Amino acid sequence: MARLIAKSPLAGHGAKTVGSVTVEEVDLGALTSVAPFKGQDKACSDLMKAAHGMALPAPNRATGKEGARAIWFGRGMALLCGPEPDAKLASYAAVTDQSDAWTVVSVSGADTVEVLARMIPIDLRAATFKRGHTARTMIQHMTGSITRVGPDRFLIMVFRSMADTLMHDLETAMESIAARR
Amino acid sequence: MRLSGKGLIDRSQNLSFQFDGHTYRAHPGDTLASALLANDIHLVGRSFKYHRPRGILTAGSEEPNALVSVVRRRGAIDPNVRATVQEVYDGLTARSQNAWPSLSFDAMAINDLAAPFLGAGFYYKTFMWPRAFWEKLYEPVIRRAAGLGALSGERDEDPYEKAYAFCDLLVIGSGPAGLMAALTAAEAGADVILADEDHVMGGRLNAETHEVAGQASADWAADTIARLSKMDNVRLMPRTTVTGAYDQGTFGALERVTHHQNVPVDHACARETFWRIVAKRSVLAAGSIERPIAFQNNDRPGIMMASAVRTYLNRYGVAPGGAITLFANNDDAHRTAVDLQDAGADVVAVIDSRTDAKAQGDYRLIHGAQVCGASGRKALEAITVRTPKGEMAIKTDCLAVSGGWNPSVHLTCHMNGRPTWNSAIASFVPTPGAIPGMATVGACNGTFSTAACFAEGYAAAKDALKELGLTAPDMVLPDAEDSATRVSALWAVEGKGRAWLDFQNDVTVKDVKQAARENFRSVEHMKRYTTQGMATDQGKSSNVAALAVLADATGRGIPETGTTTFRPPYSPVALAALGAGAKGKGFAPERKTTSHAASTQDMDAPMIEAGLWYRPSYFPKSGERTWRQSCDREVGYVREAVGVCDVSTLGKIDIQGPDASKLLDFVYTNMFSTLKVGRVRYGLMLREDGNIMDDGTTARLGETHYVMTTTTAAAGPVMRHLEFVTQALHPEWDVRIMSVTEQWAQFAVAGPQSRALLNDLLDAPLAEGAFPFIACGPVQVHGIPARLFRISFSGEHAYELAVPSRYGDSLFRLLVARAEALGGGAYGMEALNVLRIEKGFITHSEIDGRVTAFDLGMERMISAKKDCIGKTMAARPGLVERDRQRFVGIKPVGEVKQLTAGAHIFLDGAFATAENSKGYITSVGYSPTLGHYVGLGFVEGGASREGEVMKMVDHLRGVEAQVEICDPVFFDPDGEKVRG
Repeated sequence: MARLIAKSPLAGHGAKTVGSVTVEEVDLGALTSVAPFKGQDKACSDLMKAAHGMALPAPNRATGKEGARAIWFGRGMALLCGPEPDAKLASYAAVTDQSDAWTVVSVSGADTVEVLARMIPIDLRAATFKRGHTARTMIQHMTGSITRVGPDRFLIMVFRSMADTLMHDLETAMESIAARR
Repeated sequence: MRLSGKGLIDRSQNLSFQFDGHTYRAHPGDTLASALLANDIHLVGRSFKYHRPRGILTAGSEEPNALVSVVRRRGAIDPNVRATVQEVYDGLTARSQNAWPSLSFDAMAINDLAAPFLGAGFYYKTFMWPRAFWEKLYEPVIRRAAGLGALSGERDEDPYEKAYAFCDLLVIGSGPAGLMAALTAAEAGADVILADEDHVMGGRLNAETHEVAGQASADWAADTIARLSKMDNVRLMPRTTVTGAYDQGTFGALERVTHHQNVPVDHACARETFWRIVAKRSVLAAGSIERPIAFQNNDRPGIMMASAVRTYLNRYGVAPGGAITLFANNDDAHRTAVDLQDAGADVVAVIDSRTDAKAQGDYRLIHGAQVCGASGRKALEAITVRTPKGEMAIKTDCLAVSGGWNPSVHLTCHMNGRPTWNSAIASFVPTPGAIPGMATVGACNGTFSTAACFAEGYAAAKDALKELGLTAPDMVLPDAEDSATRVSALWAVEGKGRAWLDFQNDVTVKDVKQAARENFRSVEHMKRYTTQGMATDQGKSSNVAALAVLADATGRGIPETGTTTFRPPYSPVALAALGAGAKGKGFAPERKTTSHAASTQDMDAPMIEAGLWYRPSYFPKSGERTWRQSCDREVGYVREAVGVCDVSTLGKIDIQGPDASKLLDFVYTNMFSTLKVGRVRYGLMLREDGNIMDDGTTARLGETHYVMTTTTAAAGPVMRHLEFVTQALHPEWDVRIMSVTEQWAQFAVAGPQSRALLNDLLDAPLAEGAFPFIACGPVQVHGIPARLFRISFSGEHAYELAVPSRYGDSLFRLLVARAEALGGGAYGMEALNVLRIEKGFITHSEIDGRVTAFDLGMERMISAKKDCIGKTMAARPGLVERDRQRFVGIKPVGEVKQLTAGAHIFLDGAFATAENSKGYITSVGYSPTLGHYVGLGFVEGGASREGEVMKMVDHLRGVEAQVEICDPVFFDPDGEKVRG
């Protein structure tokens, strides 16, 4: 019997290291947008804590940890990354599967902030944009999401369809920074 | 001439560079200007208008004369590079500009003899008539004669980049004031960016022979920079010019990253980086620019600024002449004479216009005198000095001039601030508060002594730190010179002949006076009439003197006369840097569907762009020579068997919540609250002004759950519209919206065999008679949960099947293979377009933003039972008149069988003029089903003209055809096939 073969957005692109910076595709597991209905923020947050171990994140924050994270994803919305969402969530929030909608990469290494400063117009200094901070912002010409997950490590998300452009723009910036060193 | 034992250059290494084909030697640390002077080259360029020989005037970015082209390789030429900022590297190749056949003999110097006729306003008065000659003859001739460097005309292949930086305190300028501000803030723990346009930081500390804290000033600067460079909270940005001040602490800055290096062609490093720096506070320590004094022939090569002579001497170890004279109106300039003598150079005389001037060393001082003329053409030979006793000539090959200092107030004027006149220094200083959050310190503030600069820098940092919530450390300010500023204004020396104010634009004292005489009395009018202050240097050396001359000529004071407006950028910025990253693949994101690889690599489909998306135009088969052959075949698949098309690019918006129905009823003209779960409905969406915004289908997946489909190009605008409605118009509604466009790979499966194909694929085949037209619901494809919609954009029995995007590539390949087995295959945008035109279905070719539901004959879709956005405005009288241009079908009926989109429709027999146009064609395609072209368009009176023969004229393509107006539904008007 024929079967459908799954392909990730960056299938075919391996991890790429230029200078001190590495970019690689990340499989975060299920991605689910959770947008609490009116007055349901607390109930939704409590349920997420109980079911998935993290509260609903405040604006520009991510909660949880590697493997089960909730990333603030815009006005009144969080992106649950990792676990399949608890079925009861749908009573409190609009719950939508986004697992296939986003290209997710991690960018890491000593010069990461320098590389990202070529693409992202927000303040990513460690003291201002700490681990667990997130933003919806422009990534070169794409709208996307960026979250700091380590001292020199960020998660970046753009639309699935823009995977090649994200890699092109990242590699251009990485090569430029490496050539300066 | 190079002097031994002086300067910050590295004499242990030799570099070789070329200027106008000759090879010279330089040392690391040299600029092109210092290296040329070290090689006794004084003639480096020709002036803009009169092609007069020009030399090096300054030692900084304000240089108006010494502009050269740097030739990096074939096709890579940087014009108008200031020799004073270009660092020499081994292999540097530069050439002079605006001279032909050579710099030494320039044929266009004939202009200089015609100077009496070429003064201010000459072009405006002379080339008025005949009118048509301006663009075709005069302007090209003038442009060729007058000019700066030229671009290569080739593509710029070099990499440029843009970047963002953030800090607590931005310090602009690294002279004594800037260094002290940066050091104070850095010691307090603030994030500091220190930017300076020079490649060696330290400002004038590197050009003077003062001592600071008992050390040579340059050594103190180097030690301080070294200290700052070791601090994690400090970013030093040399070679970076802060070019503009903008809102909310944002600054533009240009970093010249590799201008000082001989980089290989494919080097990945950006040549320039354009920075956007956002600073909570800023300190402007931009210094000041010494100004010339105008006198006859004061533009001769060898006449330089006194401070520049000092810079070349102290920083580069170069004496710019063998017999040097000095002309000044202030004490500061006398340092040049002292330094020259200390270095063993020959100071012939110092001429000071002040009667009370005192010599500061053992040199010949002529006080109360003025230099009133210079002789020598390609190099200075002598000056004429006018004293109360009479005139005398003094032989000299270098005259150092100082008319005082103009603070660099430019950045403080970028947000509409105007500088304030300070009579003590006879110049303008920044007006406090002109840029929010910015303090001005040091020479740019009119504070000239080194000790006072340190004090101001420290005080400004202390204030800024307090505002940032930090505490300034106690600093012991280093001992430094603290001499008073003594200057007595002198702008222009009286006398015959031309005295230059603006070297770059060849504007003389006479020109400014003439402008005033001809009533161009406003400083802004004078600027435009004479061109003073334009071009690459923006009048940095000349502005204040020019307006002082204007003030004098119009009998007003200088503050009343005012300055022209300083705008960004402070110094030239290449467009390549401003547009960095936005060429080629960087121009815009490329959105690719999941079927992209299969369509392009395996099926050779040429792609067309729809918004940012790439979609297959058609899928060529061997033997087909034109796209039309492929298109006709693909139309046949859908009409005869089954076709497969990727429609994932259409916008998909998930709408959930108790008030989801209310939202849809409000944004669509027709009713969605009555739609049954498991059904799809076509909807029309209006803008507030009553014109159509978008159309598409929306499916009801559950009681409070819909998924809306938008057109590809309007996906973003519709999402924005829904956000506006839910945030601003009805924030009380409990409804949540989110884009799911990218989550689903969706394929149209269309044609009589579509159900057969699907039943071959679905885990549970559709039963006979089940899943009727406009049904939707969940299905499974090989165990994968999917969504099926029975909708059609072709008029055939058709479905759209959606799977999570990860399976898109796989499903597309499978669908195409199955379709081919059933006598069909993939179809692209061309076939899709023909299929929908045959059915009279609209796209944004029709709903172009000026079209109403009434125009489309869809006015009954605006429900009478409810309100919706645009309903009231759509009912305005002008929008519902019978003779509006309304939607029709168009087919050819004459000799010419072709229709073209964009052509206009005229009465048969009428002249094809704009005022006679009765309508236009929006979409055309060749219908292989019907055997002729079919078109859609808008014609006055619409359907009432059905059957009328009219004329189509395409003025652009030169096509004319007789057409008949008909019903827009060409194929299966009763819609039997879609339900079949």
